Amino acid sequence: MKQKKKGTINTALDQLKDGDTVLVGGFGLSGIPEKLINGVCKRELRGLTIVNNSSGAGRFGVARLIERGCVGKIIVSFPWGRESDVFKRLYEAGKVDLEIVPQGILAERMRAAGAGLGGVLSPSGVGTQIADGKPTHTVNGKEYIVETALPGDVALIKAHRVDPRGNLIYRLASQNMNPVMAMAAKHTIAEVDEEVALGDLDPAQIITPGVFVDRYIVTGRYKPEAWDGAWHE
Amino acid sequence: MSEQRGLNREQIAKRVANELQDGWLVNLGLGIPTLAVNYIPEGRDILFHSENGIIGMGPRPADEDVDTDLMSAGKGPITLIKGAALLHHADSFVVARGGRLDAAILGAYQVADNGDFANWRLPDKNVGGIGGAMDIAVGAQRVFITMSQTDKNGAPKLVDNLTYPLTTKACVTKIFTDMAVIAVTENGFTLEEVAPGFTPDDIVERTAAELNIPENIRTIAA
Repeated sequence: MKQKKKGTINTALDQLKDGDTVLVGGFGLSGIPEKLINGVCKRELRGLTIVNNSSGAGRFGVARLIERGCVGKIIVSFPWGRESDVFKRLYEAGKVDLEIVPQGILAERMRAAGAGLGGVLSPSGVGTQIADGKPTHTVNGKEYIVETALPGDVALIKAHRVDPRGNLIYRLASQNMNPVMAMAAKHTIAEVDEEVALGDLDPAQIITPGVFVDRYIVTGRYKPEAWDGAWHE
Repeated sequence: MSEQRGLNREQIAKRVANELQDGWLVNLGLGIPTLAVNYIPEGRDILFHSENGIIGMGPRPADEDVDTDLMSAGKGPITLIKGAALLHHADSFVVARGGRLDAAILGAYQVADNGDFANWRLPDKNVGGIGGAMDIAVGAQRVFITMSQTDKNGAPKLVDNLTYPLTTKACVTKIFTDMAVIAVTENGFTLEEVAPGFTPDDIVERTAAELNIPENIRTIAA
């Protein structure tokens, strides 16, 4: 079988362009494609809309993209964490826009995009500021917010093992939004710890079939660079 | 009055932990709710859900066993219990929104007597965010709130109408404060228990909504 999907950090991001909506996996310190994020920083792209759970902590994850000036807008569930100083500074200076979405609905809007749906009817946030400006719809007497699908131009995801077809499995609790992001983008790029031979992944264990993966790079397992060993409670 | 001292965070956590029943699946928010895991009564098999895709979250590991791919939604290191299951984010919130959580324990800035609560932002300051709270509160079978009875200026946090931005409407089951346990019923707030040293009148004084006082108010075993 020809190696069609394997790429290098230098070429894997060639599809990415200014103004793209980029879905970036990761939650806390887990499942973040740090090498791909570094690659985007180097390309000095501008006006990206970044979808992630948070605005990053310290210099970790998407915080680096924001700090490098690549980002025009973030779509997240948790923007103002204790260590989100990079985002706070640029948001207050009017340099980065913000859309806040309930965490589960963020995942569900992406799944809807991947599934070819226009959106979902959400009970989360009915009557709150989250519903402002959004249509509602009543089903069986219950009110829902119409939340539109959230597709990406590109997804940058992180997985543990890949085979040459791009089939992915994940390590421990590091899946987070990576599998739904893989399905929701036109072009999905996976950063993985290890590559295995065709046939070495148990088909029943595969979480993201290679049909959702356009390109992958193999980095080896590495300790998150910006992690200083300090844990929250 | 000046001699009165409410429950501390650990004691609130212990009291709310006693509310969790054998066989339940429970999601814990940040702060006091997280402490509840340390006070589960003997003999109760309770599964903990973490919205980043874990059913069967176990206690913090020894420092040398910390793994960055095993962490709670509060970004603390955890372990997996035997028989744990891992999911991606969308399915993890199917658990929450789909009604599989027997209870969620969350913090709050305010709770109203119709069960509305506020916990995701301050009226005038950008702090925190929603995270999973709206999905979890709307889907859980029971929402338990842990918080102080009053804020740092002494203003009651149990109110008749929220002045902080709403998180979820009409979902709170019970509130566990440093001074009392209060249920939200069809008739509004109903006092169930008081902390040692407090009388029902003390709680009425520190509640900015009508408080029903049935007979036989129990004292919290602190």
